[in-house]
Amino acid sequence: MLNRRTFLGTTIAAGGVLAAPALMGQAKPRVVVIGGGAGGATAARYLAKDAAGALDVTLIEANPTYTTCFFSNLYIGGFRTLESLEHGYGGIAAAGVNVIHDLATGVDRAARTVTLAGGQVVAYDRLVLSPGIDFRDDAVPGWSLEAAEIMPHAYKAGPQTSLLRAQIEAMPQGGLYAMVAPPNPYRCPPGPYERISMVAHVLKQSNPTAKILVLDPKDKFSKQTLFEEGWLRHYDGMIEVVGPDFGGAAVEVRPATMEVVVDGTAQKVDVCNVIPAQMAGKIAQIAGVTDDKGWAPVDPANMKSKMDENVYVLGDSSAQGDMPKSGYSANSQAKVAALSIRGELTGAKVFPAKYSNTCWSLIAPDDGVKVGAAYEPTPEKIASVSNFISQTGEDAALRKATYEESLGWYAGITADMFG
Amino acid sequence: MRAAVISALAALSCLAGASAARADAIGDPVNGGKIYDRECARCHMVGPEAKDRIGPALNGIFGRRAAASEGFAYSKSITRMGNDGLTWTLETLDAYVENPKALVSGTRMNYRGLRDAAARGDVLAYLREYSDKPQNIPEAEPTARPSMPALSPEVLALKGDRDWGEYLSAECLTCHKRDGADEGIPGIVQWPEEDFVIAMHAYKQGLRPHPVMQMMAARLSNEEIAALAAYFATID
Repeated sequence: MLNRRTFLGTTIAAGGVLAAPALMGQAKPRVVVIGGGAGGATAARYLAKDAAGALDVTLIEANPTYTTCFFSNLYIGGFRTLESLEHGYGGIAAAGVNVIHDLATGVDRAARTVTLAGGQVVAYDRLVLSPGIDFRDDAVPGWSLEAAEIMPHAYKAGPQTSLLRAQIEAMPQGGLYAMVAPPNPYRCPPGPYERISMVAHVLKQSNPTAKILVLDPKDKFSKQTLFEEGWLRHYDGMIEVVGPDFGGAAVEVRPATMEVVVDGTAQKVDVCNVIPAQMAGKIAQIAGVTDDKGWAPVDPANMKSKMDENVYVLGDSSAQGDMPKSGYSANSQAKVAALSIRGELTGAKVFPAKYSNTCWSLIAPDDGVKVGAAYEPTPEKIASVSNFISQTGEDAALRKATYEESLGWYAGITADMFG
Repeated sequence: MRAAVISALAALSCLAGASAARADAIGDPVNGGKIYDRECARCHMVGPEAKDRIGPALNGIFGRRAAASEGFAYSKSITRMGNDGLTWTLETLDAYVENPKALVSGTRMNYRGLRDAAARGDVLAYLREYSDKPQNIPEAEPTARPSMPALSPEVLALKGDRDWGEYLSAECLTCHKRDGADEGIPGIVQWPEEDFVIAMHAYKQGLRPHPVMQMMAARLSNEEIAALAAYFATID
């Protein structure tokens, strides 16, 4: 384990490098965080606020604001404005973080530097990567990232989400909304099915003869019994799910003609929401910390990359054992990583890692459900040790309370992330 | 709903043996596969081609109701227990594999049982791999045993009756010395009450090994544990 004496005074980088400390005790240890989403924002803020000035923390995030992907389905359903899901970086900057709005394009782990699109080179003693997901371009035949303007994924929140909502509103009466659901593992396990619920809610009010078609390569998904019960109660006859046994795993799409091809049969659709297979965000691949499955393996006890003890990978990008890919998980992991970094760089007391996650889903107005679990590290992975889930047949009061609890959670966790 | 509030006192390093509070793997799935082939595979299949044979296929067994594989001819005994709510979890599977007839008296499963706890852990670790992954289905059964007992805030908030604790302590004092000296059996006097309660629940839930203490703790209610904690904390 490195301590202050051994890491200070390593390589003095070449020209263009910010803050290269050469002498012991002269400059603060530097932590660079790439990615200002759920994981990165939490990590940067916690590092700065808890180190109380002992660390030099930089956050690199290309976008000036962050739109939470969690709760973006509620915007689609008409329960939230998009603005209410946007968060700026003023609070993080106020905690003492140097926020740079640029895109990280390169990582040199030997030299311990990060290169930005604008040309800046930023040096680090510890690097935190939290770049979320990227899509496998070739995952759905006929679809590519360019086609997202016609067949949106809306699985990174922002303009894609507005586009999808506009497309739903523009559907002809009696039209067809199709979703190509992703294979495991993907960000937010119940997410696609909450989205289906929200689309059904919108259509029920403005376009009640419209239909929803889900093409799913999976035969099971999280909260399945709860969603199916809810769809039957609220949206009976509107939603059809085609699973892998009936062609759901071999779907081709045609953006030019707005068709989906299932089991050899082409079907015209009015909206096509393609959520392709996913992998770690690109900068993690570039940094060389991902494996052949496309995710970044980490030490379960502290989220350190298994490829480099000076690099941590948080959130969706990481191969994080039993934890689902979610904003809640990323926030949970970020705190463990921040504590580990402070322990190594400032001698802070480090406690054993505890992780948790809860996913809330809205099925219909005031009909909310949740699933959650506690996790602990084993030598091999982050393992689930206990869990809870809403039950079918719960009364309306409990479902309403579950929904309202999720509102409280959103307010709390975004304050925790962004200050 | 299971109460699953993990105490915020995860950092208690004074719990001897709690070490770095890492959860324990269920077992070694590689060794478990070998034991499975030897002990179970004659009747039960797992994996992509699995079908019901002498016994039902065991894909997805974790989290499933007992007697739930459609079309399989279960005994009336296990069917009734499944209807009453018996669900296959780590705990219930462990008990069943150890001694099937002890859990389900009229079971058709003609197996004497696997007495060795470590071997059972390995087989269950192997079987766990053929059920849903929590990463994809967060509500899927756990894949490890927690390091800390799951204690609700209500249990931790119990105020123990010191006098009752003094009465109950007679049993403890046969081994644990009143003056707190450790002569082969650890001292338990003047522990902070919360530490005492957590340690006793760890024995009660089988998380902390030691057959004598597990037996002692299993017979104590939450209130009795709180009472003992109150007494031993203030013994002089």
